[in-house]
Amino acid sequence: MSDEKRVDEATGTETVGHEWDGIEELDTPMPRWWLITLFGTIIFAIGYCFAYPSIPLLHSSTAGYLGWTSHGQLDAELAADHARKAPILAAIARTPIERIADDPRLLAAAQEGGKAAFKVNCTQCHGSGAAGAKGYPNLNDDDWLWGGDIKAIHQTLQHGVRYPGDDATRMSQMPAFGRDGILKAEQIDDVVSYVRFLSHQEPFNISARRGKEIFAQNCAACHGAEGKGNRQLGAPNLTDAIWLYGGDRQTITETVTNARYGIMPAWGQRLDPVTVKMLALYVHSLGGGEKLPPADPAK
Amino acid sequence: MNAPNPVPKPTGRLFEGRRKVFPRKVDGTFRRLKWAIMVATLAIYYLTPWLRWHRGAYAPDQAVLVDLAHRRFYMFSIEIWPNEFYYVVGLLVMAAVGLFLVTSAVGRAWCGYACPQTVWTDLFVHVERFIEGDRNAQLRLDRAPWGVEKLAKRTGKFASWLVIAALTGGAWIFYFADAPTLARQFISGNAPTVAYATVGVLTATTFIFGGLMREQVCIYMCPWPRIQSAMMDERSLSVTYRAWRGEPRTRGLKRSQEAEGPAGDCIDCEACIAVCPTGIDIREGAQIGCITCGLCIDACDQMMTRIGRPTQLIGYLTELDADHERRGEAAISPIRRLLHPRTIAYFLIWAGIGCAMLFALGNRARIGVSVLQTRNPIWVRLSDGAVRNGYLIKIRNMEERPRRFAISLDGMDALLWDEQSGRGSAARRIVVAANADQVAQRQIFLATSTKGEARTSIDFTVRALDAEGGSARATSFFERPETIP
Repeated sequence: MSDEKRVDEATGTETVGHEWDGIEELDTPMPRWWLITLFGTIIFAIGYCFAYPSIPLLHSSTAGYLGWTSHGQLDAELAADHARKAPILAAIARTPIERIADDPRLLAAAQEGGKAAFKVNCTQCHGSGAAGAKGYPNLNDDDWLWGGDIKAIHQTLQHGVRYPGDDATRMSQMPAFGRDGILKAEQIDDVVSYVRFLSHQEPFNISARRGKEIFAQNCAACHGAEGKGNRQLGAPNLTDAIWLYGGDRQTITETVTNARYGIMPAWGQRLDPVTVKMLALYVHSLGGGEKLPPADPAK
Repeated sequence: MNAPNPVPKPTGRLFEGRRKVFPRKVDGTFRRLKWAIMVATLAIYYLTPWLRWHRGAYAPDQAVLVDLAHRRFYMFSIEIWPNEFYYVVGLLVMAAVGLFLVTSAVGRAWCGYACPQTVWTDLFVHVERFIEGDRNAQLRLDRAPWGVEKLAKRTGKFASWLVIAALTGGAWIFYFADAPTLARQFISGNAPTVAYATVGVLTATTFIFGGLMREQVCIYMCPWPRIQSAMMDERSLSVTYRAWRGEPRTRGLKRSQEAEGPAGDCIDCEACIAVCPTGIDIREGAQIGCITCGLCIDACDQMMTRIGRPTQLIGYLTELDADHERRGEAAISPIRRLLHPRTIAYFLIWAGIGCAMLFALGNRARIGVSVLQTRNPIWVRLSDGAVRNGYLIKIRNMEERPRRFAISLDGMDALLWDEQSGRGSAARRIVVAANADQVAQRQIFLATSTKGEARTSIDFTVRALDAEGGSARATSFFERPETIP
């Protein structure tokens, strides 16, 4: 290997001075456009460092001449988005909830908004598809504890269920028949048999026959003589196929013994009125929404 | 090391610099053909967006419109939705095969006459000639030092080019929006930014490609000549110098030279070089720089007529023709030359795709349906014990008028309902109104008993409820819980 630089004849360029097995390398200078680009980026970078936050300090960084921050950019984008949505939100706010469905575009916007708010506020209990879980109602079905028309759903959302901080909350309390000693264990067993008969899960046997008596005395006041429930009191229909906590013997026994006390927050206290309205419209659209009862002509 | 270098003495530069081309004005058959094609292609390009085509109240009135915002492509009586994009693909395939066909039939005719690079360069050259004068005047001006005259002429030339380039870029955007509206917006400064940016970019490319780079685009940038040179064979038409007739070249009067020895028809006047828009010498044979525009044929014919020799010393010839002629055999008839397996095969492919597209266009459905089964939750237990599934049905009404459709179900004995009607008024079919040229969607539900297979295949049929009728069908599934809770 020789370390002699020389000028290559064919190109007129100097070699780097190394040679391996007869192969030499030309010391061709960088193309000018490449160098201009390189120096251009360096100048750009210096300018950028002055214009934008760039040099990290102990607690923050240099502020930058333009005063740009990612928070500021986000705020501006959010403000633009709010401004974009403002007219339709105002329209939702001033339209009575039962009239929103008259305007398909307003309804579609409200349902989309409700869907987004549902994902943030409701899925923790009701699930992302609103299919519920044990103790948390499935909002897709046609069974409603407190009513399934748009006004009833809105009322439930606004004031919550058994929510301590709201005077207008949906309130009811089933006695803990076993725990409080109102009924004995055998009596509970019988009433469970009867409730299972009501929902077509068991035949009308002797136990159910005894349970019918107990049901009439203790349960019918709220659940109705036929066990069909009462939405004024939030008393579930016991004859249908839907069980909030489960329809098997053991679960019903547990329910009768200890009672249940499910709570939902009063969303009117947490969310703005438009969001609550949109949530109600979304929940109503999931397939189980009921029509409003015809207005009472006497009133 | 330091062995004797076999490489020839370097010239100092690794690449050949551009030799400026100053094509001379010429008149003749092919020049006139080029004029006609230039007028036709430019007219098509500039005027097409301004053609109107009445489509009724629900669709734009522009004959050719690529409506990106609404995802529609209009071409006279044809309207294409994004899901029919294969028609555009078919058109592009046809264009490619069409180029192959033209190349195998008449050589680089595309390059010489119809390519936008050729057409706009030609236009720019004419403008240049109008302002700076013909070849000799241009050569003089190029060598002259900067002065008032040169400055004035150059400014005039560049300004004219810029106007043409801006109009070219400007015309492009009218294909993408209603032309009269956009023109008003553009002038008043209210057009979208993308319109100004597009015009800017296309103005720049037109100016640079047509004014400054010209033949370098064809020779160095364009991939098509490379592809074409792979497609050329002995049957390809190309501009050929009849060397057997022209050589040996002699300058001056033929009569006096014939006495001294053999003299060809070529008088070495270099008219063919002077008129060539890519600045080549056709007498050196076929080369990548030749776009086969035929201007050298016109120039040579003029010369031959003037000196009283037969024309066509340069002409469009295939290699086969040249061989026949050199041997003194009769030329092949043009039709026999055109009909050979490759042109026939290209033509059949091209025509096949065209016919298939026409057939498909004539028979395409203007109703479409997609069904999206609700997956979260897949099924819902109802209070009477039934199982409910939900479906989002999207109906594409591709007609330019509002229509009503009925959705019905096959494969299962169940009633349908939607959010508005409620289960109480469930029915065999649901009627949906769709706006003209729009997608209508409806969330529908159906319920049946829990007994049955976990997954049942069902079909939704969407039928138009007017005299014209028509229907579309989509398959989906009804799913039940495997164990009832």
